[in-house]
Amino acid sequence: MLYREAGDFKTSYTSDNQTFPIRFDRYGYYFVLGVAFLVMPLILNDYWTNALVVPFLIYTIAALGLNILIGYCGQLSLGTGGFMAVGAYASYKLMTGFPDLNIIFVILLSGLVTAGVGVLFGLPSLRIKGFYLAVATLAAQFFLIWLFTRTPWFFNYSPTGMISAPTRTVFGIPVTGASASALSMYMICLVFLVALAWLARNLTRGTLGRQWMAIRDMDIAAEIIGVNPLWSKLTAFAVSSFYIGVAGALLFAVYLGAAEAGEAFGIDKSFLVLFMVIIGGLGSIFGAFAGAFFLIAGPVLLKIMLVDNLGWATDLAAHLEIMIIGALIIVTLIMEPHGIAALWRTIKEKLRLWPFPY
Amino acid sequence: MPDTLLFAMEAAANGLTAGVMYALVALGFVLIFKASGIFNFSQGVMALFAALTLVGLQSGQIPFAHLINAIFGTRLHYFGFTLPTLAAIAGTVVVMIVFAWLVERYIFRHLVNQEPIILFMATIGLAYFLEGLGDLMWGAEVKRLDVGIPQGMSLAVDETTFNWFGYGFYMDTLELWAALIAAILVGALVVFSQYTKQGRALRAVADDHQAALSVGISLRFIWVLVWSLAGIVALVAGMMWGAKSGVQFSLSLIALKALPVLILGGFTSIPGAIVGGLIIGVGEKLFDFFMGPLIGGATENWFAYMLALVFLLFRPQGLFGEKIIERV
Amino acid sequence: MKMTRLTAALAVTMTAAAPAIAESLFFPNMSYRTGPFAAGGIPFADGYADYFTLINERDGGIGGVPIRYSECETAYNTERGVECYQALRGENPLVLQPLSTGITYQIIPRAARDEIPIHSMGYGRTSAVNGEVFNWTFNYPANYWDGASVIINYLLDENEGSLDDKKIVLLYHNSAYGREPIPTLTRLSERLGYELLTIGVDSPGQEQGSQWLQIRRERPDYVIMWGWGVMNSTAVQEAANIRFPMENFIGVWWSGSQQDVLPAGMGADGYKALAMHGTGTDYPVYDDLQEYVYDRGLAAGTGDEVGTVLYSRGMYAAMLAVEAARTAQEIHGVANITPAMMRDGMANLVITEERMAELGLPDFGPPFEVSCQNHGGSGQAMIQQWDASAQEWNLITDWIEPDRELIMEMVMEDSLAFAAENDIEPACLN
Repeated sequence: MLYREAGDFKTSYTSDNQTFPIRFDRYGYYFVLGVAFLVMPLILNDYWTNALVVPFLIYTIAALGLNILIGYCGQLSLGTGGFMAVGAYASYKLMTGFPDLNIIFVILLSGLVTAGVGVLFGLPSLRIKGFYLAVATLAAQFFLIWLFTRTPWFFNYSPTGMISAPTRTVFGIPVTGASASALSMYMICLVFLVALAWLARNLTRGTLGRQWMAIRDMDIAAEIIGVNPLWSKLTAFAVSSFYIGVAGALLFAVYLGAAEAGEAFGIDKSFLVLFMVIIGGLGSIFGAFAGAFFLIAGPVLLKIMLVDNLGWATDLAAHLEIMIIGALIIVTLIMEPHGIAALWRTIKEKLRLWPFPY
Repeated sequence: MPDTLLFAMEAAANGLTAGVMYALVALGFVLIFKASGIFNFSQGVMALFAALTLVGLQSGQIPFAHLINAIFGTRLHYFGFTLPTLAAIAGTVVVMIVFAWLVERYIFRHLVNQEPIILFMATIGLAYFLEGLGDLMWGAEVKRLDVGIPQGMSLAVDETTFNWFGYGFYMDTLELWAALIAAILVGALVVFSQYTKQGRALRAVADDHQAALSVGISLRFIWVLVWSLAGIVALVAGMMWGAKSGVQFSLSLIALKALPVLILGGFTSIPGAIVGGLIIGVGEKLFDFFMGPLIGGATENWFAYMLALVFLLFRPQGLFGEKIIERV
Repeated sequence: MKMTRLTAALAVTMTAAAPAIAESLFFPNMSYRTGPFAAGGIPFADGYADYFTLINERDGGIGGVPIRYSECETAYNTERGVECYQALRGENPLVLQPLSTGITYQIIPRAARDEIPIHSMGYGRTSAVNGEVFNWTFNYPANYWDGASVIINYLLDENEGSLDDKKIVLLYHNSAYGREPIPTLTRLSERLGYELLTIGVDSPGQEQGSQWLQIRRERPDYVIMWGWGVMNSTAVQEAANIRFPMENFIGVWWSGSQQDVLPAGMGADGYKALAMHGTGTDYPVYDDLQEYVYDRGLAAGTGDEVGTVLYSRGMYAAMLAVEAARTAQEIHGVANITPAMMRDGMANLVITEERMAELGLPDFGPPFEVSCQNHGGSGQAMIQQWDASAQEWNLITDWIEPDRELIMEMVMEDSLAFAAENDIEPACLN
């Protein structure tokens, strides 16, 4: 049968607790991985890779990171853009300061730097909660952007303050700079995404993840049963910032190639990633994918439909586009306040029982 | 008196009036948050939309002209008449009330009892929608807004201070007017909420939804009411800011200036919004005056948030916010 | 990741649906009619589009080949810019006009790889003047460093050749664009002895209270502004408010259009700005535009913008593009040119006064020549002044020369550093 638990016997706790307990799901997952690594590189053209797939992969990483903080640990943050800028500027300084360092390590180190900064700005979360915390994280957003635009050391004293990524290679294939091919950009982002998504899944179902969720559900109660709020909140900030830093480094080095803090990592970036997390579904790994897809592909596909296929004027299309995105956000929330992931869960439940709903 | 002190006093005085401008935006947030617990992200876009509508009505623009022209190939732009300012303001108020009703009817009625973050998200969706709608209705060009408020350096202030200190302070007449209008607005809101039936109902809802419902207050009516009030406050804020720098997209970003004011003053307090605005205004102007030249200037964007952050560490509920009591 | 499959499926259908037009010259426009800078993007895009429409309607295209024009909305956002670039790249655009310094920086290396010419007219990367390093990027007729130098030369003229002991404030948009003139102004201050004070305004710039209080305290002799969008109108308003003498307040060419001064009303009277081309509808070309474009209902946008400064700039950019395409057709003897041929046309472009008069735009822009080494044109600009009662810009000077020697020196430094970083061997393409 297609989507059944029946006949799929679990003989150990490990197999009972695995991520995809249903065989069909498991094979589906391997199939998607296979397609992503083997088939997609063959069929993707440059336009779709650059305009849609690469930003989708990068924003999914950022959404995963923010989802850990908001969805799993319950700490509302609006500093995502600023933290992405930390990742981007760290990678720029590392790339220009240590030309021989492999780009993989550059990106991981940028993530670590961002994690440090994230912990620093996470400290107020021990005292401030809810919307007050969200506004407090905006302090991080604005301060970091100001710092990066005003301190010449960060952009190596270039007269314009733009940073641009030099060419770096992995196994001799350029992945950053203008000579990087769409395929290599796709592959490096995909590898990071798969590794980080795997890590996120396993972190969130382990001890740490349970501590985060305890804090999210009721922090005082969690404290009473022995969860250390300091440790849990700060690790959540650290892990989340690490993801966001990696996403920022990839966005700058691999995707954009040149960036400027105020423009590329402004407050709208913070909101964009937040929307992804909420639309996708709080506290769900799949939600990060779905939310990022919705908000990255949505505008591009709408644009193609309205401008290229229907031949509308670009400005009319752009206005309609944001109206439609806004309306879709509202409709999604009214239909399913817990995001696309909750919708997906409902569909799966229905599928299990289909065709006999009782 | 030494020059630095005089300059600092001038900066502080300007900070006070700037603070009133921030408080005007923050007021709209507080109204809605108090009555419904919704953190209304679209307040800034509402200000933009109200100002666009006002200019559109004033100059007799045909709404959706661009869309109509694109579909039917016509070349419509203006009705060919202009409205007097007061009539245009009245028209805009009607539009904002209709908008409030639509928001309640089609969005928040369906989201009763959801978590605050979901409601917050819905207002973000609303902000997007309204931004597109405003541009589609009235066009994205920059528009000049003239409601008859004088602008420019206030001579009275200049002369008085010159007589006192030997140095004329600079104050913008528009901002002085804005302060006056804000005072009238707050006064009117206080009178409304203290002495009218609807105002009392509003306060009852703010205190306790359940109890208010059980004595027969219509929650829906109250929501429409606060959204209308917030719309009117947005119109005033949009008018003041629009007169300052023209009506265009960037107007919606003033919401960001109001957020630190909110956390400083507390989300639920109208006087808090005013006092918070003043503190932020004076604080950022003085900080920029003393520290700006040393660390590169343009500190206003983040200083307000930093100030609010430091402040919150000592008082997590804001200046006038209700004390947060948590139970397990 | 199931989603990516869906996308791929879509991708196949979409690319198959793309129109294939055999004989046409494709001039796309990376415009922005929405977002925070829409007010500046709309008139430019309208002017750019209307001129191409005119060429199609009146002449049947360039050398008999019709022009295909399309817009891609960037909203002044670099990510949307990348998306637009990728979308346009496959369709053999003859020249790209990004109209944003940030997007220009981003697509310079990509366009060089894909062999697509960029024309960043009066914006973008200044050191692209060095055509041996930036083979595919052109920024004639003038760039930011020229602009800064022209302003200083104008001020020198006003002050009988000496700026000693003068205090000049640069009020700039805190972005790559706004910071461009700082090196030039600093160098010139060392040479000419004026005191330079730079004051940044963070985007979007509708809050400039403390900046102008600072200016009021410092009492500078002149204020130079590098602003864009709402920052311009706010600055003009604030300057009027503090009663800064408007004739001592000079903006760059992106800070000198109608929408920047109109909101301030009479207060803006006397404000000056650079002009790299003429403005207004007193040019013969408008008769043709009226006959072939406006009267036929083919005008882009609402048609409100005709004759404004930025409309004129868009039209000027289109005119230069058409002239370059003509040059390319002459060089190669082919009517249906490719982007590579277009590059040759741009690199050999000669604009004379006679040619401009023939085109119905006498004295509209400076006469200049482009060469393979120098992509920057002449660098000349005029000064225009706003007359608030008549609501029009008046040109008050003739073409002013920049200090090209200093600028070329700086261009060489910057471009050779770029070449070294990116392993480019400076050379002419042929």
